[in-house]
Amino acid sequence: MVSSVTNLGRSGLSDWLVQRVSGVVLLAYMLVVGFYLLCSGSELTYAQWSGYFDSTFMRVFSTAAVLSIVAHAWIGLWSVSTDYLTERMMGGRGTVLRLAFQAASAVVLFTYLVWGIQILWS
Amino acid sequence: MLKVSLYRYNPETDQEPYMQEVELDTAGKDLMVLDVLELLKGSDPSLAYRRSCREGVCGSDGMNINGKNGLACITPISEALKNGKGGNKLVLRPLPGLPVIRDLVIDMSLFYKQYEKIKPFLLNDTPAPAIERLQSPEEREKLDGLYECILCACCSTACPSFWWNPDRFIGPSGLLQAYRFLADSRDTATEERLSDLDDPFSVFRCHGIQNCVNVCPKGLNPTKAIGHIRNMLLSRAT
Repeated sequence: MVSSVTNLGRSGLSDWLVQRVSGVVLLAYMLVVGFYLLCSGSELTYAQWSGYFDSTFMRVFSTAAVLSIVAHAWIGLWSVSTDYLTERMMGGRGTVLRLAFQAASAVVLFTYLVWGIQILWS
Repeated sequence: MLKVSLYRYNPETDQEPYMQEVELDTAGKDLMVLDVLELLKGSDPSLAYRRSCREGVCGSDGMNINGKNGLACITPISEALKNGKGGNKLVLRPLPGLPVIRDLVIDMSLFYKQYEKIKPFLLNDTPAPAIERLQSPEEREKLDGLYECILCACCSTACPSFWWNPDRFIGPSGLLQAYRFLADSRDTATEERLSDLDDPFSVFRCHGIQNCVNVCPKGLNPTKAIGHIRNMLLSRAT
């Protein structure tokens, strides 16, 4: 058992499952929004577009999509950082660079999460 | 004449590794790559590589042949040149991702360390029967495609996840063996074995790119075994 305290769910299985489920949510979201765009054609106005996202269903679905993006991105970026930004690859500064990268990613993703929820629910 | 490009490195005399270009008269025969090495060693005894059985059973002579990992003793020159990397030249390098000791000989300590981690032996806490622990033909069949692994390391050293984390990711070879014991009806340590694997590195660094399947000289499928381990972890935890 390899220990880790910075991955999303504290276990490899939960990260793997979250990655898959969030991927399915994002695919479904893209299909739903893409279908709406295709059906609307070129006559889509801002009022229609804004109204589409005002429905409770789209607010809930969009919130699920934002949460999925954040979770999916964290698991992916965490994997990248633990592949390449390691002591094995970069010597002693590997840990510092990895933690800095993970902290920066966390700040950006947290900002997107709060900002996204604010836009959707305000 | 066969052109051969050989990875050479002697840490006692060389500052850094280099590729040595040599030519060999094969008399038009489609020799095995190991035969080529034996002939070259005849003229240059300093050339170092591992070998033993010379028939694909011991797994000693795993190396990178024209860009693809394989066993030198069962890879004909014609097949090696078909890989397309190197043109008409036979290009021999050590297995990638592990430290080179000398020429084509690598330090496999990390590979064996991962193998050791999965406890590659039967664990059974029930009293031993008078004669032996029996298996039905169906139970025995579940081990087919798993027990044949010869630990040549061709698969693990073809896996990028193992290159980046050879100290934390068990690798395709070790995981194939992990499933071999998880699938064995005589083993009673399933829970303990699964608990040891449920971290973000041991199993879940596998991204399913199947390099391991592509190179396995015994035609085994570690990716499939890893999928079975994931399913066992999933059904245990949900």
